[in-house]
Amino acid sequence: MKIYVPMDSAAKALGADDVAAAIIAEAASRGLEIELIRNGTRGMIWLEPLVEIDRGAGRVGYGPVLPADVPALLDGTLKGLGRVEQIPFFARQTRLTFARCGVTDPLNLDDYQAHGGLAGLRRAAGLSSTEIVEEVTQSGLRGRGGAGFPTGIKWNTVRQAEADQKYIVCNADEGDSGTFADRVIMEGDPFCLIEGMAIAGLGVGATKGYIYLRSEYPDAIRVMQEAVRIARANGVLGADVLGAGRAFDMEIRVGAGAYVCGEETSLLNSLEGKRGVVRAKPPLPALQGFLGKPTVVNNVISLATVPVILEKGAQHYADFGLGRSRGTIPVQIAGNVKHGGLFETAFGMPLGELVLDIAGGTASGRPVKAVQVGGPLGAYMPLERFDTPFGYEEFDGAGGLIGHAGMVVFDDSADMLQMARFAMEFCAVESCGKCTPCRIGAVRGVETIDRIAAGDPGAIPLLTDLCETMTDGSLCALGGFTPYPVMSALTHFPEDFATAKEAAE
Amino acid sequence: MRAIISDHLHLEGALLPILHALQNACGRIPQEATPLIADALNISKAEVHGVISFYHDFREVPAGRHVVKICRAEACQAVGGNALAEAALARLGVEWHGTTGNGAVTLEPVYCLGLCACGPAAMVDGKVHGRVDEVRMAKLLAEAGA
Ligand SMILES: Cc1cc2nc3c(=O)[nH]c(=O)nc-3n(C[C@H](O)[C@H](O)[C@H](O)COP(=O)(O)O)c2cc1C
Ligand code: SF4
Ligand code: FES
Repeated sequence: MKIYVPMDSAAKALGADDVAAAIIAEAASRGLEIELIRNGTRGMIWLEPLVEIDRGAGRVGYGPVLPADVPALLDGTLKGLGRVEQIPFFARQTRLTFARCGVTDPLNLDDYQAHGGLAGLRRAAGLSSTEIVEEVTQSGLRGRGGAGFPTGIKWNTVRQAEADQKYIVCNADEGDSGTFADRVIMEGDPFCLIEGMAIAGLGVGATKGYIYLRSEYPDAIRVMQEAVRIARANGVLGADVLGAGRAFDMEIRVGAGAYVCGEETSLLNSLEGKRGVVRAKPPLPALQGFLGKPTVVNNVISLATVPVILEKGAQHYADFGLGRSRGTIPVQIAGNVKHGGLFETAFGMPLGELVLDIAGGTASGRPVKAVQVGGPLGAYMPLERFDTPFGYEEFDGAGGLIGHAGMVVFDDSADMLQMARFAMEFCAVESCGKCTPCRIGAVRGVETIDRIAAGDPGAIPLLTDLCETMTDGSLCALGGFTPYPVMSALTHFPEDFATAKEAAE
Repeated sequence: MRAIISDHLHLEGALLPILHALQNACGRIPQEATPLIADALNISKAEVHGVISFYHDFREVPAGRHVVKICRAEACQAVGGNALAEAALARLGVEWHGTTGNGAVTLEPVYCLGLCACGPAAMVDGKVHGRVDEVRMAKLLAEAGA
C-alpha cells in the first residue's frame, strides 16, 4: 500500500509532518507494511494535509487529515474524497507545467523520468541552439514573472550575443503577496526547473546558472539544493549534460529579504554581492547581465514550462490560450476564499469564474468586495470587472495586470483606504532608494491617505497627483506601479475614502 | 570568521553567501567581520556596510533565542492577519523587530511566506505555520518561552 503525504510547506504549515509521523507509528504498531511517499502538493491547499492512498486501484484522497484521523485512515473507514484526479477543482485544470507536481516523489529522479521528465532536455540535446530557441519562440511563452515579455525573443538576444561566458539566472524571489507557484514547483517538482534551465543553457550557449531563491522559503531552498546535487550526480548537470557533449551546471543563491531584488537588475546586483539597487536599462541584462555578461533572467514558471514545450512541441503548448496569451497559467487563489490553492488553466477564463466558481467565493461566507490580481503592485478589481478574461492584454485593457498571477480575494469587511495605505507603506519600506518619487513619494502617500482618513477631502487630488508623479518618474515598477492598487482602490471604492468625512459631518 | 570567509572566496559574487554563513554561525554579522570581508573581497568597508544595511535579513545585534515572523502582506490581511499581529505585539509588549525582556523571542514582520492560501501565516525559527489564530499564536509564543 502506497501512502502519499505532501512535504510542501503549505501542507507542513497545516500539520503534514505530524500526520506522516502518526501514519508511520500506527502502521508499525499494526505490523502493516506501507510505502510512505512525501510528494509535492496537488495544489488544493484547503484540503491539506491531503493524504492519498493507493491500494492498487488509483489514488484516493483524504483531507484535511488530522493525526487523530490516522487509525480510521488505515482502517479504511475515514470518509474520503474519492479519486484525487476527479475532485472538480483538479479535474477542471489543464496541467502542463504542473503535470507532475503532487504526483511524483520530488527528489526521485527515476520517478521524474517515468512521468515524462528529461524528455524535453533529451530532445533539446539533439537540436541546434537556433532550433531550441525557435521552439520556445513558436510556443508563444511569455515571461511569468510579471512583465509578460516573450521568452523566445529574450533568449535569442542572448544566443546571438558574443561572449566568453553567458549565464542563466532564475528569478525565484517570488515576493508578491498571493503568489506561491514558484515555491510549489520548487518543492514539488524541482527537477523540472533544473531541466528548464539546462535547456535554456543549451539554447543560448550558457554553461552556468544561478537560482536566486528568497530566504523566506527555507523548505524550497533545501529541496532545490538536494535536487541540484542529485542532478549533478546523475549527469543531468555537469561537464557533459546527458552525454550530449555540452556543459551546464548551476548553484542556488539565497536572497536576503528585499522585495525589490525580484526586479531583474536589482537581483543581478544582489547576486554580484552588491546592494540590491535597480540598474538603469539599457544595457539590457540579455547583453550585459551578471558580471557584465549576456544573461537570461527568467522567472521560475517561465523556465519550468520549457521542458513540456520541448517534450510535446511548441504547437501543443500554443494551442491553449487566448489572443496573445498562449498556453497555461498557474492561477494562485489566495486570501479570503473557500477553495484556495493553485489552479493551472489555459488563458482566457474570466476573473469572476475563478473567484466565484473555482475558488467558491469567500471563506467567511460574506460577499466578495475586491480581488487584487498581480501582487502588491496589482490593481484591486471590483465586481464590475469580473468579466475580464485572464490574459495579458485583456487585464491591461481593464486597468489591471496579471503579474505573477496571484489572486487575493477580500470580503466586504475590507477597508480599501487601508489597503491603499498599505500599498504606499509597502513601497516605502521596500524602495531601493534610487528615485525620489518612489523613496519620498511613498512616504508622502501614506501621510496623504492618513489625511483623507482624518476627513480632509482636499487631500484626494493630492493623492492623485502624487500617483501620477510616481508613475511618470520611477525607474522600475515598484514606484511606477504602486499607483495601481492605490488608484484602483480610490476609483472603484470611493465610499471607503469618504467615510471619515461623512462621520465628521 | 576568517575560515568562513575564505571558504566562500571561490564563488562569483561571494558577499551574500559570506554574510549568510556568518550570520548562521554567529547569530549576527559581528562588527569585526566588516574589515576582514572588505580585505578578502578587495572592496571598501563602507561598501560592505552598505550591503549589510540594505538587506532586511542581516542583523548587527543578535536576535532573541527564537525568531517569530508574522506575515503582514495582503493575502494574510484578508483573513485577519492584522489583528493577529496586533495581538502578538501586545502580548509580547514589543514593537516590530523587538525582543522580549527575557531574550526569548524577537518578533519580525515578513511580507509573504508563500502560504497565502492558508493564512494568516507565521514562521518560527524557519518552521512554517498556517491558519494561525490568536490561540495558536499564544501557544507558539509560549513554547518559545516568551
Ligand atoms: C519590484 C519588482 C519585483 C519583481 N519581483 C519579481 C519576482 O519576485 N519574480 C520574478 O520572476 N519577477 C519579478 N519581477 C519582474 C522581473 O524584473 C523580470 O521581469 C522577470 O524576472 C523576467 O522573467 P520572465 O520574463 O520569465 O518573467 C519584479 C519586478 C519588479 C519591478
Ligand atoms: S522605483 Fe523605487 S524601487 Fe524602483 S528603482 Fe526607483 S527607487 Fe528603486
Ligand atoms: S500573504 Fe501571507 S503568506 Fe503570502
